[in-house]
Amino acid sequence: MTLPLGYFALQEGHEIQAAAHGPAGEAFEPFLPGLVILLPLIGFLLNGALALAASRRSADSLRGGVELDFFEGGNRPLTHRLPTWIGPGVLGLAFLIVLVNFTRMLGADLHEPIIRHYWTWMNTGAFEVDVALQLDQLSMIMMMVVTGVGFLIHVFSVGYMGDDQGYPRYFAYLNLFVFFMLILVMGASFLLMFVGWEGVGFCSYILIGYWFTDREKADSGKKAFIVNRIGDLGFLAAMFLLFAGFGSFGGFGTLNFVEIFHDAPDALVYGGGIVTAITLCLLLGATGKSAQIPLYVWLPDAMAGPTPVSALIHAATMVTAGVYMVARTSVLFALAPVGGLSVALIGALTALFAATIGLAQYDIKRVLAYSTISQLGYMFVGVGVGAYAAGVFHLMTHAFFKALLFLGSGAVIHSMHHALHHTHNHADPQDMRNMGGLKKFMPITWITMWIATLAIAGIWPFAGFFSKDEIIWYAGARAAGTYGAWFTLIWIMALAAAMITAVYMTRLMIMTFHGKNRTGQEEAKHLHEAPWVMWVPLAILAALSIFGGWVNVPHAISDSFLGGYGLLPMSEWLHDWLHPIAGVATEIQATGAGEFSHHAPLFGGGELLWAVLSTVAALVVVLVTARIVGGFKYLPASESPAPKGFKKVLYMKYYIDELYDRIIVQPLIKASRFAWKVIDAGIVDGIANGLGNLARAFGWFGSLFQTGSVNTYALFLAIGVLVILGVVAF
Amino acid sequence: MLTGLLTEALVVSAFLFVVGTFGVLVRRNAIIMFLCIELQLNAVNLSFVALSRALGIEGQLYVFFVMTVAAAEAAVGLAIIISIFRHYETVNVNNFNLLKW
Amino acid sequence: MDTIFEFLFSRDFLFYVFSGVTIGSALAMVTRKNPVASLLFMVATLASLAGIYVLFEAHFLAAIQIIVYAGAIMVLFLFVIMLLNLGHDYQKDLKGGAWAIFAFVVAGAMAGVLARQYGGIEALPIYRDAHGPQVIDALLAEQGAVGVMAHPLFTDYVLAFELTGILLLVAIVGALALAKRRV
Repeated sequence: MTLPLGYFALQEGHEIQAAAHGPAGEAFEPFLPGLVILLPLIGFLLNGALALAASRRSADSLRGGVELDFFEGGNRPLTHRLPTWIGPGVLGLAFLIVLVNFTRMLGADLHEPIIRHYWTWMNTGAFEVDVALQLDQLSMIMMMVVTGVGFLIHVFSVGYMGDDQGYPRYFAYLNLFVFFMLILVMGASFLLMFVGWEGVGFCSYILIGYWFTDREKADSGKKAFIVNRIGDLGFLAAMFLLFAGFGSFGGFGTLNFVEIFHDAPDALVYGGGIVTAITLCLLLGATGKSAQIPLYVWLPDAMAGPTPVSALIHAATMVTAGVYMVARTSVLFALAPVGGLSVALIGALTALFAATIGLAQYDIKRVLAYSTISQLGYMFVGVGVGAYAAGVFHLMTHAFFKALLFLGSGAVIHSMHHALHHTHNHADPQDMRNMGGLKKFMPITWITMWIATLAIAGIWPFAGFFSKDEIIWYAGARAAGTYGAWFTLIWIMALAAAMITAVYMTRLMIMTFHGKNRTGQEEAKHLHEAPWVMWVPLAILAALSIFGGWVNVPHAISDSFLGGYGLLPMSEWLHDWLHPIAGVATEIQATGAGEFSHHAPLFGGGELLWAVLSTVAALVVVLVTARIVGGFKYLPASESPAPKGFKKVLYMKYYIDELYDRIIVQPLIKASRFAWKVIDAGIVDGIANGLGNLARAFGWFGSLFQTGSVNTYALFLAIGVLVILGVVAF
Repeated sequence: MLTGLLTEALVVSAFLFVVGTFGVLVRRNAIIMFLCIELQLNAVNLSFVALSRALGIEGQLYVFFVMTVAAAEAAVGLAIIISIFRHYETVNVNNFNLLKW
Repeated sequence: MDTIFEFLFSRDFLFYVFSGVTIGSALAMVTRKNPVASLLFMVATLASLAGIYVLFEAHFLAAIQIIVYAGAIMVLFLFVIMLLNLGHDYQKDLKGGAWAIFAFVVAGAMAGVLARQYGGIEALPIYRDAHGPQVIDALLAEQGAVGVMAHPLFTDYVLAFELTGILLLVAIVGALALAKRRV
């Protein structure tokens, strides 16, 4: 393993495609892109070694009958001190390298992706896959998000996981996750992307089940893994179709992005069955990884993992892989209008559906989980309607404010946990009914989380306002073209979900930070603000949640009073930035399905009007909800009555888990039992045992000749000689 | 020139060999079985000698080697028989079936 | 009289006599119940075989057949028989009944196959045109009965010769180790 790794880092690979030299700009010169991937892997190996060392000590101690406490007597062993530097350190370095690359790419004029080829992974006849990285505008944005937000979350983890016995193991897993996530976004072929895809799935599994001694948490990890597996099937099928083709379509014979996307417009018939099948298969893969209907059920359970994990994997990066994938394969989705529509429709449905569930949850992380599902739905709407820049834009801003929300909730849970721990109270530290009035204990968390809430609710000028508004706008702008009725429906659903988002987020904030404190008198004394390593990342993310949206302000808004008449910098920067990636797809879509219109469906009106309307509406909703929820008298969880009526249906998540259990899991278990008892134990084992018994019978028959008497053997010997002689003679 | 009698000698050799084989098959006394094996060896020796007359001196050399091997075999075989006798107080092969299992 | 003597000492007649003695004593060896009798018939077989060897101009082999085989090895057998005091148990030595018949059939079939194989062997070109007798006779005249054997033994076949020496050594050590009374 070491040899190719060293090769990976030192050899900078050779470029297959030289950067196209634009007339004005300079060529893009990548700076150590291999090292970006390698650094987290090194971190994983170092932390992994420390984790093994620690677990060996712990196991030795357990064999001696004592459960080892690594922090006994206030000492931190080296195995629990080094990861503090290694874990966030490698991410910080990787982020710096990405930053260098990003600034270089900014200054360059890049029209074609840069492929860094390292070595041939496999070469079997017609099938050749290289280990090659693709550097272009899209992967650069993703790398920035993954390493940047990832670094902040790593830093936060130092505080959050500081008291955990498995500290080095945690950082090893987290580094491994980033490694795979970078492969996912930087891989230059579907197969390499799939490696990252599977890798992050595995890391998600081990991190959800991080506290594996808790049966329920370990099961949650399994659930995530298995549900993702269903989606992966779609991804695989899409890869097979792309490579080998089907029917009249002969396949591309390669899995490299550049070649496939270059050939696709000629090789595939617009709106044809093959490209639709490919996109629907990809969509199935995306619904698994990005937790969309019908495969969203694993994400709420994934909250069993440590909260920073929820922030990094299940909010900011891994779950957005599906969105990234659709944006990456935008050419294919543009060629298949039905595929694109399906993406948007599923996204809109999920956005609305998950948002309503979020209304009735009491677990702070569960609210955020459903919120994540809902926001991912928005991104799907964005990339589905063909506004790829808008989808990626929301992916980015969502990474900022949702990571902030999760980390903030982590800080709250951390504080609650400590407080409850001090008084040996066994109440649930994640249940919002047990919180209330935390703002005076944790002011920084309170302020930063409000910023994130305003961002996610879509209030001007926070990041979420621009990204979400753009998605909704583009959804409506498709209403004039093909499948217009569907897009109108999607537009309405997205609008409704936006309002519900404002409601449940405000409810979360009010229940957690405002009103009367419900933790109990003794516990309240131990509530405290998070340490600096936790609140500094919160503050940075809060800043990003405010300003992050300004990179892609639509012209219509930036030139109006909302944009300070051009004061907001960088109008439509991200849109232009991603043009080399999404341009082909946008053209195909404009030709095939019609241009984006400049009027909202049903009511008419331009972009600016609807932006103003939506932010005003969101603000009103926030204020009204704050008023209403603030008026509720919540009781601690143990004293609260069970939800009733429709509220109960929402609280029970529409009974979808129960439904899946009834129609999928139970029949599967029955079928498995049948396969076990009848087919395996009966038929297969029967045949195997029968053969065994037959051999045994033959053996018994043969043993009759083994008398042990020399004469018998001599006789058989003589017969044998006779036979040989006979053969020679006759 | 004494080339004749080759066929006759070979027939005698074959007969001796068959008698030896029969002896090994029907006798139960380990020592007599041993003697029968010696008889088989001598039958082969006879054919070697007869053929060497026609084909060259090497046949006689092989007889020489066979005799050496026979001597070695007799020494070891008899030693085994002695140690078996010490254990079982008999050399009748019916009384021991060590070759089983 | 001369013709009679000539006949009596002719190679053919002597061969048949020795062959008869060989076969007869071999049969007796196999069928005698008393091990000592069996052994003595075996000695007779070996001695008459030595006679046949002489007829085939293998003088040296005939000599060591008598000295080593009939003398040393058979005495070793006899020594063991006497040491173990065999021949006085009244257990049946010969296997009888169906087994004997079966063994007889197998042995008979083997004899039939061998006889068929040997019939007319002298007519084969390799034997008909063989120059062995002349060559061997010349060698015998030149080097003598011992020299004819010794020369190839110590030149072309010296490795095999040395190996038989080692084999004998191993056999001695093995026999000692096996027969030694456990202390």
